[in-house]
Amino acid sequence: MSAERRSNLRGDVQIAGTAEGKVLKLRQPISFWGGVDQKSGRIADPRHPDHPASVKGTVLVLPGMIGSSSSSYVMAELMMDGNAPAALILPEPDAILALGVMVAAEMGWGSIPVLLLPRAEQAALETGMRVRIAENGLIQGVK
Amino acid sequence: MTLALTERERAVADGADGAAASMAMRILAETGRLLGAKRLIPVVSAHIDGAVYHGDSGVYFGERLREGGGKVAVPTTLNVGGLDLVNHTVRQTTHGHDMALRLMRAYEAMGCRPTWTCAPYQAGHRPKAGEQVAWGESNAVAFCNSVLGARTNRYGDFLDICCAILGRAPDYGLHRAENRRATVLVDVTALPDRLKPLDVLYPVLGYWYGQTIGNSIGVVAGLAPDMTEDQLKAFGAASASSGAVGLFHIAGVTPEAPTVEAALGNRKPESVIRLNPADLRAIRDRLSNATASRIDAVALGSPHFSNEEFRQLETLLAGRRVGIPFFVCTGRDVVRKLEAEGRAATLKESGVTIVADTCVVVAPILPEKVGALMTNSGKFAHYMPSNTGYGVIYGSLEDCVESAMSGAVRRDEQVWS
Repeated sequence: MSAERRSNLRGDVQIAGTAEGKVLKLRQPISFWGGVDQKSGRIADPRHPDHPASVKGTVLVLPGMIGSSSSSYVMAELMMDGNAPAALILPEPDAILALGVMVAAEMGWGSIPVLLLPRAEQAALETGMRVRIAENGLIQGVK
Repeated sequence: MTLALTERERAVADGADGAAASMAMRILAETGRLLGAKRLIPVVSAHIDGAVYHGDSGVYFGERLREGGGKVAVPTTLNVGGLDLVNHTVRQTTHGHDMALRLMRAYEAMGCRPTWTCAPYQAGHRPKAGEQVAWGESNAVAFCNSVLGARTNRYGDFLDICCAILGRAPDYGLHRAENRRATVLVDVTALPDRLKPLDVLYPVLGYWYGQTIGNSIGVVAGLAPDMTEDQLKAFGAASASSGAVGLFHIAGVTPEAPTVEAALGNRKPESVIRLNPADLRAIRDRLSNATASRIDAVALGSPHFSNEEFRQLETLLAGRRVGIPFFVCTGRDVVRKLEAEGRAATLKESGVTIVADTCVVVAPILPEKVGALMTNSGKFAHYMPSNTGYGVIYGSLEDCVESAMSGAVRRDEQVWS
């Protein structure tokens, strides 16, 4: 992947913000409730292919949205304790995780950027890459 | 994507009705915007799933709303909490107990009715067909949309109380008539008639339906018009566990499906799914993950057991005493009725533990040493392994009672042959 193409990668901003971190691109969708340990951010579901990686501090790329609406609660809990991802990149509009981020912001627990990026464009992102997210949704690789 | 607030709604967001309403309006408007809603619409009732303890953040959020003068604007019931405040069956740490209780009390203080049940529709909360409501809890949402014909999306933690405080919800999804039409025909006419009166069929059928249909809306053809409310409840709960089912139609049974054609909006289905009865036993087996010949416990009541289901249980027990731990989860309104009629004491003598206000997959209630467990609930079968560590064997209510006598698994296999 060329640096030029990297700099053209831009998500649709759901919740604006800036972040920098290593990409964790999940190989399967996950329900945060039942799938992520709300105390640590580790992927707790042993059937998930990315178990037992942690979402904490990552630019978390999700291939699909599934699961319980209690996932909003888990997201807020991770935000409160400082165990949340640095940013979320979702394939389609979904209010559940974004709602947890909004509640955290209202409660004074900080906020993180939430971007939409179609699955085809997610191909440019790979687990382990270090990226920076700008206020306008631009996703750039960091050396 | 723009969501237009009315002048009044903007004033609420700016604090005209206090800090809680202001925060609720900001969250609701922002969520509506993300979902592509153009406006908010009034709702006439709410059912809240956000008062069950999953961590301290939810407690602080509920208390922030309460301290900001939050009061629900419409009749609002509460789903299960994290504690059993009636029969005290939950084991909790001191911190967990205190926080779970604070969460429950915060929502009660905002004017929510302390129903603490996941079957509010059997505790007197029954909106009328066509009414707009804001409900949480997947089985309650499925029942509310499908069986009552009221209109709600699946409102989860945080959003449910915001809707209740404001008496409003974002105008999208199942609130809108054009999104409630079935697009998939689910043909089960090949089911043998002898199976249709049996309660044990419906969690199995619902589980298959949910796995098969995903988040599409289907109309089921071929079931009997005299399906009971408890069968509809079991079908919906199982389907909402295995799939993202918020609304289903059953031709000749549910209100938006007087006929298959009506449910399809007089259009051709986009796809047709047929149930092959030869697959039924294999489908039933998806509800079990254990193959043990002995069980260590029985758990019933997801969704919460109705009075009618307790009647069936009492008939099957016939005064006998079970030999292993036996849990039945229900709402406090049903417990009151059982106590008033002297039936609670008789059930206790039979070895039955009645769990009120909560349930065995959301709170630590089951014996700590995990093993195998039998249930007649599709929803318990789905969530039990991940939430409790127990292995699950699915059986009928009668199978559960007979297996509980000694712990040796007894299941009527002839049903499925």
